[in-house]
Amino acid sequence: MAAALFYALSLICIVSSLIMIFHKNTMYSVLFLLVTFFSVAGLYVTLNAQFLAIVHIIVYAGAIMVLFLYVIMFLNMSHIINFQKSKAIKIAATATGLMFLLVIIAALSSATYNGNVTAGHEIGLASTLGHIIFNEFLIPFEVSSILFLSAMVGVVIFNKKDLIDE
Amino acid sequence: MNETLITPDLVMAVPLEHYIAVSAILFSIGIIGVLMRRNLIVMFLSIELMLNSVNLLAVAFSIYHNDSNAQAFVFFIMVVAAAEIAVGLAMLVMIYRNIRTIDIDALKQLKW
Repeated sequence: MAAALFYALSLICIVSSLIMIFHKNTMYSVLFLLVTFFSVAGLYVTLNAQFLAIVHIIVYAGAIMVLFLYVIMFLNMSHIINFQKSKAIKIAATATGLMFLLVIIAALSSATYNGNVTAGHEIGLASTLGHIIFNEFLIPFEVSSILFLSAMVGVVIFNKKDLIDE
Repeated sequence: MNETLITPDLVMAVPLEHYIAVSAILFSIGIIGVLMRRNLIVMFLSIELMLNSVNLLAVAFSIYHNDSNAQAFVFFIMVVAAAEIAVGLAMLVMIYRNIRTIDIDALKQLKW
């Protein structure tokens, strides 16, 4: 049952991300990436990582997608935009991506995997991750708040026209 | 604490190689998107897709090795991705204000 769930979710994930990069309308690209994010959250659930699944939905589907949709509406570009200049770029980009995939598959097919394969019961729960984040990773957790503050200040400075003109 | 939704032997029904394959395919789709599209927003979306594939790979290895540290790292990757997207979209809005388009081929001249 879990195996069928995994294959269905990964199929949804790959198909919607392919639609995302090939769709002409930017708004539909954002919405199909939302489908991809939800299926990745489902893959986290099949991996027993419930805390990361919830955080993934909150951060990506909640915050980042709203930011993207807000910028698209702000720039008033929900109409179809096609910037594609030449067919050669499309072919070259697809060939590059497929060659990268070929290299990865060739490198991993010969790799022997001999880790201790014991799937953990409780390592994805919020209590376990809370213990780890607030004990071992306490200083990086606090530094990330400074990162957010600097990002916020940077965004305000970027879009303040008067400061640039002076 | 019996809060696990799926018992471990059902997790093990899918081999780790399949998670690696899904992550590699998603990363390649992200690379194709960044290289192919000239729309700045779709390029940002492709970068998000690549970050997601790496996160998925880290979580899969964390579960199959019974080690929680990777999931803490994935948490911090999400934090950095959120900050990066906020700054990137601010730059996008600034570019749009200056050149009135988000086609990155319009930035060829380095004149403004």
